Amino acid sequence: MGETVTPRVPPPAADEEKTSRVARRGPLRRFLTRPEVGSLVGAVVVFAVFFAIAEPFRTGAALATILYAGSTIGIMAVGVALLMIGGEFDLSAGVAVITSALAASMFAWWFSLNVWVGALFALAVSLGVGLLNGWILTRTRLPSFLVTLSMFLMLQGINIAVTRLVTGGVSTRGIADMDGFDSARAVFASSFSVGGVSVRVTVLWWLLFVALATWVLVRTRVGNWIYAVGGDAESARAVGVPVTRVKIGLFMTVGFFAWFSGMHLLFAFNTVQSGEGVGNELLYIMAAVVGGCLLTGGYGTVIGAAIGAFIYGMTRQGIVYAGWDNNLVMFFVGAMLLAAVVINGWVRTQAGRR
Amino acid sequence: MTDQDTPLLELRGVHRRFGHIRALTGVDLRVRAGRVTCVLGDNGAGKSTLIKILAGLYAPTEGEYLVDGAPVAFTSPRQALDRGIATVYQDLALVPLMPVWRNFFLGSEIRRGWGPLSRLDVARMRSLADSELREMGIALPDIDAPVGHLSGGQRQVLAIARAVHLGARVLILDEPTAALGVRQSGVVLRYVDAARDAGLGVVFVTHNPHHAHLVGDHFTVLTLGGVDVDAPRERLSPEALTHHMAGGAELDALEHELRRDQAPPARPSPDGSPDPG
Repeated sequence: MGETVTPRVPPPAADEEKTSRVARRGPLRRFLTRPEVGSLVGAVVVFAVFFAIAEPFRTGAALATILYAGSTIGIMAVGVALLMIGGEFDLSAGVAVITSALAASMFAWWFSLNVWVGALFALAVSLGVGLLNGWILTRTRLPSFLVTLSMFLMLQGINIAVTRLVTGGVSTRGIADMDGFDSARAVFASSFSVGGVSVRVTVLWWLLFVALATWVLVRTRVGNWIYAVGGDAESARAVGVPVTRVKIGLFMTVGFFAWFSGMHLLFAFNTVQSGEGVGNELLYIMAAVVGGCLLTGGYGTVIGAAIGAFIYGMTRQGIVYAGWDNNLVMFFVGAMLLAAVVINGWVRTQAGRR
Repeated sequence: MTDQDTPLLELRGVHRRFGHIRALTGVDLRVRAGRVTCVLGDNGAGKSTLIKILAGLYAPTEGEYLVDGAPVAFTSPRQALDRGIATVYQDLALVPLMPVWRNFFLGSEIRRGWGPLSRLDVARMRSLADSELREMGIALPDIDAPVGHLSGGQRQVLAIARAVHLGARVLILDEPTAALGVRQSGVVLRYVDAARDAGLGVVFVTHNPHHAHLVGDHFTVLTLGGVDVDAPRERLSPEALTHHMAGGAELDALEHELRRDQAPPARPSPDGSPDPG
C-alpha cells in the first residue's frame, strides 16, 4: 500500500439507525436498575421490623453485634460474589475456611513455630485449594457445581482425618501460649471501642475488602474481565480476555478470603473444631444472590453481597433480641432469599433490564 | 508498507482436516487492501473453517498462510489481531449484560496509572466509544445501556466499529447480515462499503449472493471444501453468482431429475459434508 490505511470509516448516511428505541433512562430509573437496590430495600424493611418489635435491637451494642455477625459471612461473600459475577460458584468455600484454620493451627503446633508461620502455610494451602479448583474446572470444563462439590467432600474428609491424625481428637490443641499469637489476634480477632461500643476488627476488614473489591470490579481491567467471563466466556475469549487465568484467579481470591476467615476463627477461639464449616458455603452464596448477583454470572455487585450479609446478620441477631425461637433463623433467611430473588427479578424486568 | 501487488492476506493450497473429515481441500484466497473479497458457500461448504484459519484459531493441515507476503503460523487469535486481522463473528463476541462502552473496549481497555494502581480510563473510553459510534452513524442515547438492549444491526455495527477502531487492516465479517432484516442489512452493507473506501481489506463471508454482489469486488464460492468459483466482479454477473451459490451444476442435475419424474420431489440428496465449524 502506498498510503497509510486509516482505521477510520467515514460516516455513511444512515440516519434511520438514529431513531433508536432505547430510551434514555433518567437518574431514578438508572438507580432502580442497580443490582443491589432490591437488597437495600430489604435491609431497610428488616431493620425497621426488628427496630419496632425488639427493644434491645435499638442499641449501639446490638448494631455492633449485628455488624460482626454480618462480617463473618460478609468477608467470604466478597470472594464468592466476585466468583459468581465471573460465572462460577464454590461449594467448597465453607469447609475451606476450616481447612485453612486447621492448617495454620496444626502446622504451627506440630513444628512449634511462630503462629505467623502457620498462618503463611495456611495461606499457601488456601490459595492452593483455589488454584486446584480453578485448574480442574478450566481443564475438564465441568460445571463448577461438580468440581467444587467434589472438593467440598474431599476437604470435609481431610479436615477430620488429618486433625485426628495430628492431635488424636476432633479439634486442634490451644495455641494461645505460642509465639506471635497476640499480634495475630490483634490483626484478625481484636476489638476496638467506638463511643463506648466495642466493635470487632473484622467489621473494619469487611468494609475494606468490600471497598477494594468494588474498586477492582468497576475501575480496573481485571474487573471488566470478570464481568465479561461471567457474561459470555466465549465472547470474552474471542476478544482476547484470558478467560482461564481470570477464572483461576477468582477461585484463588475465594481461597484468600477463606484463609482470612479461617484466621479469624483460629485467633478468636484458639481451637478449631474440624467438622465445622459445612453449610456456610450456601450462606455466602445466599448473601451474594440476595445482593442481586445473578446465579448465571455476569451481573451483580460486591456491595450487594455486603448488604445481603448484613441482612443475614440482622436476622440472626434480631430473632435473638426479639426473643423468638433461635431455630427460626434459617427459616427467615430462606424466606428472605426467596423474596429477594423474586423481587430482584421483578425489579429488573420493570426497570427494563433482562 | 509492502508493494502494491502483495495481498494483505493470502492462502495458498490450504487443506484442513478434522480426523477423516476434509473441511477444506486446496483453497486459494487473496485479500487486498481497499477491496471486498466475498466468500460464499452453502452450509457445510467450509466457510467457518476458512474464517477460523484466517483468524488464527486453526492452523492449516497443509498449505500456506501469508500475511503481507510472508508465511505465518498463528497459534492464537491474539496473534492475528496483533497483525491487524480482526474477525467479527456471527455471535459478535459481545457480552449482552455489559454496557456499550465496556464492550467496545473489552480486551483492549485503555488504562492510566502504573502497577497495582493502574485503572480504567473510564471517561476517555466512554467519550471515544461514543464518538466512534457517532462517526459510523449510530447515535446511541445511552452509552451505558447494556448491549442486550441494542437492535441486531446496531450490535453488528458496534462489533465492526470496535474492530476498525482497534486498528484492523483486514476485517473478516462472518455472515454479518444473516440474522438481519432488509433495512438493518442495508445499514451493515453501507459500513462494509465504507470500510473498503477507508482502505481496509474486507473478507465478507455470506451465503446471500445478493448482498455479496452489492458490495463485493472479488468472489470465491466454496463447495464441499473446495473452490468452485474464483472471479472478479467484472467477470461474474449477479445471475451467475446466484446460480453458483444455489448449487450450480448440482442444481441443474437436480432440476433435470425432478422434471423427468413429474412426481412429488424425492428426498433432496444430503450434501454429506458435516459442518465442522
